[in-house]
Formats: sequence, C-alpha cells, structure tokens
Amino acid sequence: MTMPKIHFGYLGLFVALLFAPFFVYPVLVMKVMCFALFACAFNLLLGYTGLLSFGHAVFLGTGAYVTGHVLKEWGWPTELGLLAGTLSASVLGLLIGALAIRRQGIYFAMVTLALAQMVYFLFVQSTFTGGEDGLQGIPRGTLLGVVDLADDQSLYYLVLAICVGAFWLIHRTIHSPFGQILKAVRENEARVVSLGFDVAKYKLVAFVLSATLAGLAGATKVLVFKFATLTDAHWHASGEVVLMTLLGGMGTAFGPVVGAGVIISLQSELADKVGSLVTVIMGGIFVVCVLAFRRGIVGEASALYQRIAGTKDIH
Amino acid sequence: MKNINKNPLALAVCAAFGLAGSLVTASAQAQVSDNVVRIGVLTDMSGAYSDLAGTGSVVATQLAIDDFKAKNKVSWAIEVVSADHQNKGDISSNKAREWFDRDKVDVVTDLVTTSTALAVMKVAKEKNKIALISGAASTRITNEDCNDVTVHWTYDTYAVANGTAKAVVKQGGKTWFFLTADYAFGQSLEKDATDVVNANGGKVLGAVRHPFPGSDFSSFLLKAQSSGAQVIGLANAGTDTTNSIKQAAEFGVTPKQSLAGLLMFITDIHSLGLATTQTMYLTEAFYWDRNEETRAWSKRFFDKQRKMPTMVQAGLYSATLHYLNAVKAANSDDTQKVMAAMKKAPVNDFFAKNGTIREDGRMVHDMYLMQVKKPDESKYPWDYYNVRQTIPAAEAFQSLAASKCSLVKK
Amino acid sequence: MTEIFGIPIQALMGQLMLGLVNGSFYAMLSLGLAVIFGMLNIINFAHGAMYMAGAFFAWMGLTYWGIGYWWSLILVPLTVGVVGVIIERTMLQWLYQLDHLYGLLLTFGLALMIEGAFRYFYGSSGLPYSIPEELTGAINLGFMFLPKYRAWVVVVSLVVCLATWFVIEKTKLGAYLRAATENPRLTQAFGINVPLMVMLTYGFGVALAGLGGVLAAPAYAVSPLMGSNLIIVVFAVVVIGGMGSIMGSILTGLSLGVIEGLTKVFYAEASNTVVFVVMVIVLMIRPAGLFGKEK
Repeated sequence: MTMPKIHFGYLGLFVALLFAPFFVYPVLVMKVMCFALFACAFNLLLGYTGLLSFGHAVFLGTGAYVTGHVLKEWGWPTELGLLAGTLSASVLGLLIGALAIRRQGIYFAMVTLALAQMVYFLFVQSTFTGGEDGLQGIPRGTLLGVVDLADDQSLYYLVLAICVGAFWLIHRTIHSPFGQILKAVRENEARVVSLGFDVAKYKLVAFVLSATLAGLAGATKVLVFKFATLTDAHWHASGEVVLMTLLGGMGTAFGPVVGAGVIISLQSELADKVGSLVTVIMGGIFVVCVLAFRRGIVGEASALYQRIAGTKDIH
Repeated sequence: MKNINKNPLALAVCAAFGLAGSLVTASAQAQVSDNVVRIGVLTDMSGAYSDLAGTGSVVATQLAIDDFKAKNKVSWAIEVVSADHQNKGDISSNKAREWFDRDKVDVVTDLVTTSTALAVMKVAKEKNKIALISGAASTRITNEDCNDVTVHWTYDTYAVANGTAKAVVKQGGKTWFFLTADYAFGQSLEKDATDVVNANGGKVLGAVRHPFPGSDFSSFLLKAQSSGAQVIGLANAGTDTTNSIKQAAEFGVTPKQSLAGLLMFITDIHSLGLATTQTMYLTEAFYWDRNEETRAWSKRFFDKQRKMPTMVQAGLYSATLHYLNAVKAANSDDTQKVMAAMKKAPVNDFFAKNGTIREDGRMVHDMYLMQVKKPDESKYPWDYYNVRQTIPAAEAFQSLAASKCSLVKK
Repeated sequence: MTEIFGIPIQALMGQLMLGLVNGSFYAMLSLGLAVIFGMLNIINFAHGAMYMAGAFFAWMGLTYWGIGYWWSLILVPLTVGVVGVIIERTMLQWLYQLDHLYGLLLTFGLALMIEGAFRYFYGSSGLPYSIPEELTGAINLGFMFLPKYRAWVVVVSLVVCLATWFVIEKTKLGAYLRAATENPRLTQAFGINVPLMVMLTYGFGVALAGLGGVLAAPAYAVSPLMGSNLIIVVFAVVVIGGMGSIMGSILTGLSLGVIEGLTKVFYAEASNTVVFVVMVIVLMIRPAGLFGKEK
C-alpha cells in the first residue's frame, strides 16, 4: 500500500524543522512546538471526542510548575523533571476528568472550568509555585548527563524530538480502533452506548491522555523559557488554545499545529508594533473562523484538495 | 558579542580607531560590539504603573542620550528600543531574552514592578548583560536575589518605609494595619514598614492582602476599619494606591483613621488632588521643584511629556547617563568592564550628588521626606510638596552589614 | 462588641452588606445571560465585554459630550442594546442551527475584539468616573458606613431584575417570547414575528449588561479588564441557578454575593474561588442547576 500523500508533507516539515534553528530564532520555533503540542492534546478532546474543556490550561500549568519546582528547588535531572511534570498532569487529569465526565455538554465544560479555577487558586496561594512571581531561573540541566541544554540549539533538538514523538502518538491514537470510537462518541453518543461500549471510560481515557500531553507541553515549555508563571494556568491560555485548534481545523490531526504556528507567529510579530490590537486580531480570527471558515485551515485545505483531486480519504 | 580578535578586517579597523582614540585617551582598541550601544527600556506602558514610568521613562532615556552626545564625541552609535511588559514576569523575561539573543541589546532598564525586575535580572546574568533597575522597589533585588550585573538605582522599599513610616509613627500614629498588594513588592514593603514601626515604638495590629492589580478595595478597607488601627499603611502603588485612597474616603474610613501611602509618586498626587492627599507624608528620591538644577531638567521633561517627572523617570535619566559615561570610560560595552567603571565613578547629576554603587548593586544617595501641601499652600501647577527633611545616603538605605547578598564580603 | 467565631459582628455585617452590593451586580448580569441562553440557546461570552462597554460609554459620554450620569442610565443601555441587535442580525443568526459551541466561540471572539480595542485606546489602568452629586455621601448603618451610591446600586438592580422576571413570566409579551423559543415554527405560524423577538431579546439581554456597566462606573474604576474579571463568575452563577431560569439567576446572584462576602471575612483570598466550589457541588447533586430543567 502506498504511503498516504499527507505523510510526505509531514516528512517535508520535519526536515524543514531540522534546519530551522539556523534561519529562525530557535526560542520562537520551540515556543510554537510546545503550543502546537498543547493544541494537539486539546484537539484530541475537542475535535475527536467532542468534549470542550474550558480549563485545559491548568494541565499546562501543572506540568510547568511541577517540572520547574523539581528542577530548581530539588535539583532533579532534566529527564526525571519532565517525567514528574507530565505525570502530575495525568493525575490531575484523572481527578478532574472523573468528576467532569459525569456531566454533558456545557455542564461538562463548566465543571472543568470550575475545577481548573480551584487549582489556579491553589497555585496563587502556595509557595510551591512562587505565587504571583512564579518560578524564575529554572535550570535546563543536561540530557542524560551528556548534552548541555543551556545552549538553545541543543535544547531545540530535544524539544523537536519530544514534540514529534508526542504528535506521532496522537496520530496513532486517532487512527486506532480507540480513536474510531472517540469519533463515534462525538458524532452520536447514544448510538455508541447502544452498541454496548462503556462510553464514560473511553471519555475518561481520552481526557487523561489529553491532560498528560498538555502537561508534557508545559514541562517542555519550562525548559525553553526557564520560568513558570500563573499565565500558563490562567483561563485565557485555555482560550488561546481553543483559537489555535479552531483556526487550524478541529478534528484534523495536523490542524492544531498549523493553528499554533499561525497564532504564535502573529503574536510575536505584531506584539511590539500594535500592542493590544493583537487581541482584537485574535478575536477577529475567531469570529471569521466561526462564521465562514469552520473547518479551519487544514480542514478547508483538505476539502479543497479532495474536490480537485477527486480522492476520498487522504489520511 | 563576537570576539574581534578572530576577524582580521575588524582588527584592522579597530586598530585604526584605537590609534585615533589613543590620542584622546590612553585606552587600546575600541570594543563596542558592532559599534552600537543598545538600550532596551522595558516598562509598563498601559497598566497600573504606566503613569509613573511608561513612556516618560523612554523620554528620560532619550534626554540622557542627547545630553551624553552633546558633551562627548564617541565613534559608536546609541540606539533605544522599548517594550511594554504589562507587569508580567513571563512577558518581560521573554522580551529580555529576545532582546539579548536576537537584537543585540546591551542593557535593559526601568523594569518597574518587582516581578519583572527579578525575572530580567536572572536573564541578564545568564546572558552576561546589564540590568539597570529604576522602577522596581523590593529590597530582594539587593539581598537574596542580588547579582553582579544589576544596579538598583532609584529607591527601594527599605528607603521609603524608613522615611515615611518613621515620620508617621513620630507624629503619633502608633497602631498600624496594612493593606498590601499580594506580590513580592507589596510583601517587601509591608515587611520593611513593619520593622520600622516596631523599631520606633509602634505596633502592627494586622494586615490584609489584595490581588494585584486590584479594583475594589471595599472589603479590605472594611477589615482595616474594624481593626481600629490609627494608621492604615498602603503597601501598594500606582492605581492601587489611588483607588484605595478614594474608596477609603467613600466608606468613611478616613478621616477617622489616617492613611500612610508607603510608596507614592507625584503622578498619584496629581490624579487624586491636594484636597484628598493633603498632609500625607511620602519619601521620594526626587522632587522636580527642589532646586534650580532639578527645575531646569524637569522643564525639559515636561515639554515632551506634559507631566512632571517622577523619581523613577529622573532616576532612569541618571542611570542611563552614568552607564553611557562608564561605557566611554571603559571604551567597551563588555558587561564586566562597564560594571567596574560604573562602580568606580561617583554619580553626580541633578538626581544624586556623590552617589555610589555598592557591591550589592545598590546605588546609594540622599532621599527626601516630603509632605503634601494643603490646597491653599499650592501656588502653581504641580506645586505639591514641602520638603521636610533630607535623609542622608548612609541612613536612607539598608546597611551593608545587614545585607543578605552573597556578593557582600562579611 | 459581640463576636461570632471570633469575628466582631460589625465586621461580619459590613462584609455581608458589601456582598449584597456585589451580588446585585451578579444578579443583573446573570439575568441578561440567562435570558439570552433561555430564549436563544446562545452562551453569550461577550456579556462581560458589553458590561465593560456600558461603563466606557458612560465615561465617554461624560468626558466627550458632557452627558451626565442620569441620562447615561437610559442612553447607554439603549446604545449597548443596539450594538447587540447589530451583532445578532449580522452574525449570531447564522449559528442557531449549529452546535452550542459555535455561538460560544463567536461571542468569545467578539469579547476579545471589544476588550482589545478598548485596551488599545485607553490602556488597562482604569479611568475614574465620579459619583453623581445626589448620591455622594454615606449612610451610617451603625456597623458600617454604606456609601449612598452602593445602596442605590442594590435598589436599581433589584427593581430591574424583578421587573424583567415579571415581564417574562407574567405578561403576554413574555409569553410570546417563551413560545418563540420553544417552538419557533408554530409561533411564526400564528403570525408572531419570531426573528424580531429573538433580535429584541438579545438586544435586551446585553442592554442589561450595559446598564450594569453604567452602575459600576462610579463604584469601580472604568477599565477594559472589568468584564473579563467578572464573566466567568457570572457564568458560574447562571449555571448554578439553572441555565434557563430567570428567578434562578437572580436568587443565585444575590446569594453568591453574600457567600463571597462571608468568605472574605474568614479567608479573604478564597473569595474569588468559592463560587466555583459551590458550582461543582451543585452540579454534582443537581445536574441542571438549582432551578433549571434538564433540556
């Protein structure tokens, strides 16, 4: 069987990314990759399972704070730090998910928001996170004791490896039988129940997986920027990731990556030039996408491609 | 900064400059990286502290550059960039990093809001660049968090608490209750003020923390009211302070209890008006109307900004000018060389006379205890203060002996 | 001085009173949200931005055209209502057939645009708006001085909330509105202009938010951030009360203000978060909120 054409696209992008740090400011590309991972994790829940989580930023924040804390205060090696951050996000995902899954639709979203706000409050109050000041000057450490990550270029390849690996994981999940059931739940939950599946369990697994990957994104981001602050866990960050997913294309594997790339680039280019107008532009993109561009960049692009090429499935 | 010794052409050029330069000074090669000194003003352009720093800080920086150029012929250019950090540690950290990595900025200045200063200090240390802090207040900058690439120029929480709190306690305000902004700055100010109150025979009855930035202080003021304290110490700044004062009047907290604005700026008095703030004490490092020199400079500032300068903006002028002089003296923008030159020379301008930079990064100079005039005492716009006392440098700031900074040899 | 749990009763009453003031804002804002959700099935994330716009219009009216507070009380909600109608006609009406999600996302995007625009022009530190002459001063309640203005806010909110509830539940117009939401086709068949009703409902809902903004302007500073700080709390109130229930939001809004006030006495930092704790508890026990009906 020939490899689906889209995979050539992925390969091309990967090669481009390998050479990127020589042309573009590596910290910026790393930021895009971390947020792309966050957006893909979020999309797993929204685009594929049909669950809108309002409080997803709290997983990003948890991954960031735990990793930051163990690296800075306890001097753990980098790999263990990343693991700690990711796992703590999983645990939190399990706790929040278990409660939230009991409700549907907008109530599900509101429960996730409420629980996220409660965790946010804990973040503000505790000394563990440094409260309003956040955790600063977090050491990057070394990879396996060998590669010094203080150099942006070395760190870049680690971050690339992590994000590519995670994306591959998401891709496999989506195209597995498990992923098919998730899609079915999004389309028609009652049907899936009637077919005898324990829908609640599937939703919970999807939620925990999404939280874990969001935590990984947060932990990786901490290595890049060397700090963790409340901004990571604030519900505005949840809103940003919704925008990235929507713009890129909900329910497409690659959409959130594109969305993250566009949004972060826009923000970084425009922030100095137009100040708060960046928010206006973000809002405008939201509005335009919802009214006229619901399938997002990747969604529209693949629909166009299908119309032209007359093929059915390019995934 | 690239090592010029590896590039033969650059070496030749530098040698030529060096030859010319050695006619004027005794130094060797000019080593200002790519022949430009870049200053990055990182401040709050739109939020709670934008009036006391903000665009005024950029104006002050430009004045310093203009004055330096007028008195000195140097071969290198001077550029200014500025950005709004929105009082957020992550935005300022990212911006500083970008500036240092990508845009070859040599020094970051202003940094109002303690969390941004603490964040950028660390990035500056990592990238071996300089941070000149005029805006932020916390004494942590020269204690637990000190490093050798930072200078804390204008004021700190110890200095203002020492001035204001002491004066208020001496006036009879013995019992205190604090309304504190819940982040490093507010906590620092509360702690320093508490120490001063206790040392002068007063008593602190309690404190309440409000989120930063706040908007509705009514419930916190009620708590302060029910404590029965004579003085409510406002350990916050900018619009937090002005809103606290306004709402205190609304809720009848004043005039029964008095308010001590532990950190106030002339822009706050301007927006509140003398009727509300009369007889309040405050400690500042600068008053535009103090003498001929300050008046002359402030008029130049006013012509551009339409407001009189605050100590943050005046201090930033002083810091920038001193920095540029140090670059000239060291004939380099290499961080260690410039820091050494800055610490060696005394600071002498309208802002400070015989100011010195200590090894903990603290620039030590006189402070002034002032009291807000009554409305009928004020004769012209911005005529707001009576200067009650000059607090000499040695007394104004925390002594080196008490310092928690690791750079201070004990 | 009597004490309850170590807190002097004066302090307690004072915080409860303040809580009631905050609660009136919550009640009025959540009322608008509930009306919009109950009638249109749209989750109006732009509500906070409309509240903020109301405050700003009042400020702009005063600063640029000398329009005083009392006129603003009428003109500003009308203006905000018109803005709402325009939004409904040009954007929202295309979304009614789609998933709830899109209405939410659209209004979220609108909120970002409106807030970003105001922040761009006016910064984020807040602008002062003075309390109107007639309402300055405070009433000495014994346990605290209650500024007259805050008492006024409570009175206005209660009147407006009860009037709205009355109109929707007890009048013919209200009956038409409710019919139009439950069964638009049938109602249209009876000759009632359903799209007009829908449009006016959205306009009215956001006008309530605008009125809240005018009321808020003298009490808190007028700032572009005032809406986004409030919106998630207001959402929580609506959800707790039951998403379509008018009386539910009014009662919940007031109660929550009081609960927040109580929290401020004992554990001040948690006051922002207590509403979410309540929401989770309520949703676990009563899935559709306290007064809501499961749809």
